[in-house]
Amino acid sequence: MSVKTLTINDTPVAVEAGATILEAAKQAGITIPTLCHLEGVSDVGACRLCLVEIKGINKLLPACVTEVAEGMEVQTETAKLREYRKMTVELLFSEGNHVCSVCVANGACELQDMAVTVGMDHSRFSYRFPDRPIDISHPSFAIDHNRCILCTRCVRVCAEIEGAHVWDVANRGEKCYVISGLDQPWGEVNACTSCGKCVEACPTGAIFHKGETTGEKTSDPGLLDFLVTARKKQQWIR
Amino acid sequence: MDKIRFATVWLAGCSGCHMSFLDLDEWLLELAAQVEVVYSPVGCDLKIYPENVDVCLVEGGIANEDNLELIHLVRKNTKTLISFGDCAVTANVPAMRNMLGGAEPVLKRAYLELGDLQRQLPHEPGIVPELLEQVLPVHEIVPVDIFMPGCPPDANRIRATLEPLLKGEKPLMQGREMIKFG
Amino acid sequence: MDLAHLQAIAEQEKQRQRAIRLHCCTSTGCQAAESLQVKDNLKKAIEKKGLGDRVEVVGVGCMGFCGRGPLVQVEPERKLYEEVTPEDAESIINALEGGKATAKEGDPDHPFFARQMRIVREHSGEIDPERIEEYIAVGGYQALYKALYEMTPATVIEEITKSGLRGRGGGGYPTGLKWATVAKMPGNQKYVICNADEGDPGAFMDRSVLESDPHLVLEGMAIAGYAVGANHGYIYVRAEYPLAIKRLQKAIQQAKQNGVLGTQILESPFDFKIDIRIGAGAFVCGEETALIQSIEGGRGNPRPRPPYPAERGLRGCPTLINNVETFANIKAIITKGADWYSSIGTANSKGTKIFALTGKIKNNGLIEVPMGITLREIVLEMGGGVPDGGEVKAVQTGGPSGGCIPASLLDTPVDYDSLLKIGSMMGSGGMVVMDQNTSMVEVAQFYMEFCREETCGKCIPCRTGTVQLHNLLTKLLDKRATTQDLELMESLCQMVKETSLCGLGQTAPNPVLSTWRYFRDEYLALVKA
Repeated sequence: MSVKTLTINDTPVAVEAGATILEAAKQAGITIPTLCHLEGVSDVGACRLCLVEIKGINKLLPACVTEVAEGMEVQTETAKLREYRKMTVELLFSEGNHVCSVCVANGACELQDMAVTVGMDHSRFSYRFPDRPIDISHPSFAIDHNRCILCTRCVRVCAEIEGAHVWDVANRGEKCYVISGLDQPWGEVNACTSCGKCVEACPTGAIFHKGETTGEKTSDPGLLDFLVTARKKQQWIR
Repeated sequence: MDKIRFATVWLAGCSGCHMSFLDLDEWLLELAAQVEVVYSPVGCDLKIYPENVDVCLVEGGIANEDNLELIHLVRKNTKTLISFGDCAVTANVPAMRNMLGGAEPVLKRAYLELGDLQRQLPHEPGIVPELLEQVLPVHEIVPVDIFMPGCPPDANRIRATLEPLLKGEKPLMQGREMIKFG
Repeated sequence: MDLAHLQAIAEQEKQRQRAIRLHCCTSTGCQAAESLQVKDNLKKAIEKKGLGDRVEVVGVGCMGFCGRGPLVQVEPERKLYEEVTPEDAESIINALEGGKATAKEGDPDHPFFARQMRIVREHSGEIDPERIEEYIAVGGYQALYKALYEMTPATVIEEITKSGLRGRGGGGYPTGLKWATVAKMPGNQKYVICNADEGDPGAFMDRSVLESDPHLVLEGMAIAGYAVGANHGYIYVRAEYPLAIKRLQKAIQQAKQNGVLGTQILESPFDFKIDIRIGAGAFVCGEETALIQSIEGGRGNPRPRPPYPAERGLRGCPTLINNVETFANIKAIITKGADWYSSIGTANSKGTKIFALTGKIKNNGLIEVPMGITLREIVLEMGGGVPDGGEVKAVQTGGPSGGCIPASLLDTPVDYDSLLKIGSMMGSGGMVVMDQNTSMVEVAQFYMEFCREETCGKCIPCRTGTVQLHNLLTKLLDKRATTQDLELMESLCQMVKETSLCGLGQTAPNPVLSTWRYFRDEYLALVKA
């Protein structure tokens, strides 16, 4: 196994070749903000929060899918990156209907936390107040599309870990939404095994256990990494 | 030095932010010693928003003609306007009616479809203010100087915001204690 | 099939062709103006007059002057008829023996034609795209033969590299470098993809090439396959191009029958097959990684690059993906050599480029011009300027990814680097002329609406940034926006440009940024009082 050395925010880091910048940063104790990244499933580079600056490359690159290279000089906290992250989170808040005070995930929501992290105290962009449905047809779970940020963590966890591929994305642009089955009510999708991994994967209060009320949802995204490790390495560690 | 002229305003919100303000308990006495409360639903009987206000906490979003008129007056007469709580900052729960697509469907839903007896739309020009098509956060109508999210912002957050202002400094709105929504 | 056979077909076809050929355009544009009826009537008139042994009518591809279609050209005398109606047909035939046709006569030496330099469109509008014999008769598949028998894959790539050809899809990546990268990648399975998902508003260059000379693209792809070591090619063409699809299907079938596609091409050990994949018309599928996903049967979403398709493309294999016009240049480079090709154009942009000249301009249509020609020459000399004495205000190039160039910069040479420097881009070749009555903010709003509707929705800056930008522009046009809104608009443009996942989002703000740069007064005049 070969090793690459690089610097992240001027801190030298040595990681195995093939690792991503995000993994390297984690090993070095440097936090890079993410929303669509989820340990245990593939990365898509969609949320753009983990963009970093790399010396010699004039484009911002997503840390979650960019592999480390020897001598790379990475910066994760420049003024520009901070401003773009803040705008990104503002855009996320403006496009859905995120009413924290009445949300099941209030207090345990990655989007809400991200707003604090990036220092967003209001959105400079007008809220769009889209008309989005709620599907409560499943006996155990529900999905409130108002709170969905289209990170597709549910899509990937269901397809890649559970192997059921209940979820996918329909339409395009602002009209995108996650669908269950062939755009059927969730409760009618036979492929759903009711395993609940999508609930644990969801960073916001979009997918939740029925019966949970304001602030009662506590998702467990680490569970998925645990399952993958258990399956691949036969190690039941958390 | 003249006392700071202090006001609070209650627009489209549940008054929870004002309740939280009252949770400041004994610090309210300290505050009262340092400011002159010139307008507030919980601290003053004046019915007209006065001129030359130094600091104003605005609770609630802009939902009707009345709110709209008042917020313009507040902006005109106030040095430091603070969006106070999630309804002022995001329009929050009152804005959940925006998804219905305008004032008319909202009134119909509330007074006709869900009404019990004597189903009729409220209409009393000059007395009942007309609803705006959408409930909007304060900063979409007038410029805002400080944003204090929270539903409601707890008493500590309110105090941490006001204390620097009393000293003529700008508070640092940063971190979970100060800017967490909800 | 070997070279002798190829030559025999060419000879036979030349024998068959009549002394007088009437080229009647049967491309989509002219078809919509009843050109098929014109062609039928011409044929009937020839029969009626008993001229069948020395006159024939040929359904050809696009001649370029689309604004004046249907076009009929009489060869070899070069007489051009414009806006021909089916009723004109008989008089055109009568005019062959003296007399005057009722159809309007055009000028084949008009600057619109005379200033062109036709490499890709050399035989467009001269041969029947539905008959491989006509293509072979003008030297078709000789370049493929030359590549297979006189060159190695390495020398083919060397030739393309030396030619200086750059990708015609918009980005302008050096074609030879791309080919070399794919060729060097390990692996037994590689693919060649032709990107025919042309989607810019006002652009129809690729459609025209496919409808007019489909074999030219097939030959280019086969040579590419040989060069990079691929035995399978795909043409990804949008469903809105039914005629192009039909002609491609026919061309592939004829090419297979004649041994220039399929197994043991031209009796060499080289195999290459081409399949067509029809896109559902999503603009984003023109982005190469989205296109690949779509061919694989997935949702047409882009993915982060690197890895580039050259490294990991279709089904994870090294994949060469080029645009229609790029492939259409290959035959000429192989036949006439890299030195000849690189003598055309500017230092860093070689060869020619096809543009779809549209908007407020007298002469609408397709032109192929050498790189380095100025916008002024294109718009004023070839295009004839704005009709009715109007003035050119701006020229939009590069579609939703490009920008608006003000009239003051009309002397800019048309090449990749010059256009980029002034905030626009070559793009795939759309060129929209605007006159003094055009509101540039409305133009920006139009393109932003396009991007808002065409963004795939995968990444947030593009999905919602375009919506917010569109809303800000609408607010401005409604005179409700403040100077703070303009500041927000500008910073959001930068953010969307720098943080979006794929080229669509990264270039979506360009129409706003370029109009903001050159027509700032128009923005400021709309700010709320």
